[in-house]
Amino acid sequence: MYDFLIIGAGITGSLIARDLSHYQCRVAVLEKDNDVANEATSANSAIIHSGHDPHDGSLKLRLNLRGNAMYEGLCKELKVDFERNGAFVVAVNQSESSNLLEIYEKAKERGIPCSLLSREEAIAKEPNLSDDVILALDLPSSGIVSPWEVCIAAMEDAINNGVELYLGNKVLKIDKKDESFVVHTTKGNYESRFVINCAGVYSDEIYAMVSDRPGFFVKARKGEYYVLDKFDEPLVTRTIYPLPSEKGKGVLVVPTIHHNVLLGPNSQIIDDKEANDNTAAALENVRKDAMKTVKNIPMNMVIRTYAGLRSSGSTGDFIIEEAKDVARFVNVAAIESPGLASAPAIAEYVHEEILAKKYVFVLKDEPRIERRPWIIINRMGNEEKQALVKQDPRFAQMVCRCEYISEGEIVDIIHRNCGARTVKAVKRRVRPGAGRCQGGFCEPRVVAILARELNLSPMDILLDGDESKLLIARTKE
Amino acid sequence: MRTIELVIIGGGSAGLASAISAYEHGIKDILILERDKELGGILQQCIHNGFGLHTFKEELSGPAYAERYIDKINEYKIEVKLNAMVTHLSKDRIIEYVTPDEGYVTLQAKAVILAMGCRERTRGAIAIPGYRPAGIWSAGTAQRYLNMEGYMVGKRIFILGSGDIGLIMARRMTLEGAKVLGVAEIMPYSNGLPRNIKQCLEDFDIPLYLSHTITRIEGKDRVNQITIQKVDERFQAIANTELTFDVDTVLFSVGLIPENALSEEADVTLHQKTKGPIVDETYQTDVPGIFACGNVLHVHDLVDWVSLEGQKAGISAARYLNHEVTSGKTIQMVAGEGLGYIVPHHINPSNVEKSIECMFRVTKTAKFVELVVKRDGQVLKRIKKRHLAPAEMERIVLTKDELMGCNESIRIEIGEVTL
Repeated sequence: MYDFLIIGAGITGSLIARDLSHYQCRVAVLEKDNDVANEATSANSAIIHSGHDPHDGSLKLRLNLRGNAMYEGLCKELKVDFERNGAFVVAVNQSESSNLLEIYEKAKERGIPCSLLSREEAIAKEPNLSDDVILALDLPSSGIVSPWEVCIAAMEDAINNGVELYLGNKVLKIDKKDESFVVHTTKGNYESRFVINCAGVYSDEIYAMVSDRPGFFVKARKGEYYVLDKFDEPLVTRTIYPLPSEKGKGVLVVPTIHHNVLLGPNSQIIDDKEANDNTAAALENVRKDAMKTVKNIPMNMVIRTYAGLRSSGSTGDFIIEEAKDVARFVNVAAIESPGLASAPAIAEYVHEEILAKKYVFVLKDEPRIERRPWIIINRMGNEEKQALVKQDPRFAQMVCRCEYISEGEIVDIIHRNCGARTVKAVKRRVRPGAGRCQGGFCEPRVVAILARELNLSPMDILLDGDESKLLIARTKE
Repeated sequence: MRTIELVIIGGGSAGLASAISAYEHGIKDILILERDKELGGILQQCIHNGFGLHTFKEELSGPAYAERYIDKINEYKIEVKLNAMVTHLSKDRIIEYVTPDEGYVTLQAKAVILAMGCRERTRGAIAIPGYRPAGIWSAGTAQRYLNMEGYMVGKRIFILGSGDIGLIMARRMTLEGAKVLGVAEIMPYSNGLPRNIKQCLEDFDIPLYLSHTITRIEGKDRVNQITIQKVDERFQAIANTELTFDVDTVLFSVGLIPENALSEEADVTLHQKTKGPIVDETYQTDVPGIFACGNVLHVHDLVDWVSLEGQKAGISAARYLNHEVTSGKTIQMVAGEGLGYIVPHHINPSNVEKSIECMFRVTKTAKFVELVVKRDGQVLKRIKKRHLAPAEMERIVLTKDELMGCNESIRIEIGEVTL
């Protein structure tokens, strides 16, 4: 019997698991996919928003502001990168300028560091702003992270400290008992006093397993993006937002923590919760919209496109509460933007405002086991590298020429407690395949390493999902 | 820090040829840095015949062609490091490389030849819409799985792009028992060599859809269907021309890009069209002592020309190290109407012995035209051409006399139809 069962190993589920790992309780996480961080957490804008955008009085606003303040400390504890690179919201005509003034006034009221910049002042800081930009709101507290790195690191830290992770466990049915729930998955049954529903776009369906009258539904809001190669001279150093509209924050130009640039997203509610495909029309709109705020965007530096499905709830706000009709069943649903920015604050809120009212938390006696950071050869000094190579020459066997990744780094992340088992899981952790050749050079090598380390045939190695085998037969002899 | 006369980055066809010719011209202190586990570069996965017709007057497989050069390297006892990835190159020719045997090593080269080859343009780079499942590869990666690792990537294949690797793979996969359903090419002409269209597609009844592109990829985990559409002259998909194919694999053969991350780090100026370094008549880049040859300089059609270019770069590097290269007035080579680029990009005639061969590509197909060579605006000569195509590299020889009479520039352009 667990005390807490978390359904979904995206960034909210993982950070809640990590929070609970501080206390004397049994915690398990069920994830339908074969890796954590595999859905919305891996396909969003990767921004820690300042909090200028959510509606007054919303949970989104409260948790965004709190989350933004928490990120720096969180990333330090998890030993992952965080950069407070700032953001501009830009106006490109007079009516937008007056709207921008309202956003500025609101940001000030909310205690968000901000200032208004004339075109000249803004251009001095971001020379590639489009010629139409006439006014900019500077939001220096905005930041960037790698969302999946935060999620994976949080899960590694949680597992280090007693949390159990069960991948490939799709929830089929939940039985309510007097004092507990029995959650039936594709792999087994798990009994727990509390269930915390962090199932993303499926959180309404999970809730419907215990409720006859779920009070909300969740739709997939698709957002499409371009990824641009690394720049010698940065295109932009800050995140550039257009004026927001009812549909959301609009198409952004985002520098990433790995020095790429993202363009996106558009915003479209769709019925199919799995349809994360790219469409020509949406990509074209993203391109056009991005060019309204930033000029000189070199579309010949595009290396990839992707689409993410955000959980858009019927209430318009995050839905984070104990279900009104089911005790000890906690919904953490409709976590769309600013979900990433809010995630650590969501974990804190779930603990303090919901669980603590029903459960007496006692801190663990033993000291926490700290997370060992990823080994990143490319960032090490010469002596440090040489010492590592002496221990294991695989740290000098280069697998990826775009991002300079060694075999040793890949072997390390395969054998971690939340280790990589697919080509995409390897990419998510140490980035072979994330560069300009998109795996053209490294993929056969990554497949060979995965097969060897996991004691599998290369023919069993998956790109991503369970039906995504890469190789289908041996060649004729 | 060890100092070496000549370091060659890349042990493929360009690097091998340049090492051999530099050695034969008196440079004995040479190091080849190769990132793969053997020399030969991409030739090692090209197990089909057709290499060496010009160089050796016989048809060899890729590995057999490479073997001829590797034998020479061994005979000359030229130093080679395998599994050696160069991670940094400075404009002062300080090189950092890494191998499992030595770890991270820094050395000083007196001259460097860039011979890193090229990489394939990917599906992501051309933003083909649809899902992003397994079963989608650049043709060269699939070729590596097939010919080096011994695995088939699929059974029902569609190929986007009529680049030569894609065409070769169409035949190879067919011979391995796969069904290749078609090749789509967005241009109105093929981007592969005519002989590959004949031998790899027509001989196997594989349809080639010119002026078509893939507009949709279906399949969440593994690709299961694609849609192709005809495109107009601005490459926009035309409605109601959709054709769908049930496939498990899509291969992309949509262009090659010179691999110049290191060149850029060393402040080497790249050419907008070739995406490779700008070089002079000695294949020297604008960074002194750094030379370039082969596909890192510009993408070639035949390996024979890569080897030839490597050979010339090797001689030049030897002459540079022996202080035999003189500086002086240079002539700009200008790609006129119908030409994409000319290599070398500029020429100092005093370093040209008798003549120099200029290589270029045309931007569109043409029949029965003449190439017009203009010296300082005046027509120098006209050369009749029955057939020109972007897929084939063209060459033109300029004599020293022709160059000496030039003040500023030589321009090559496609002239009138001669019929």
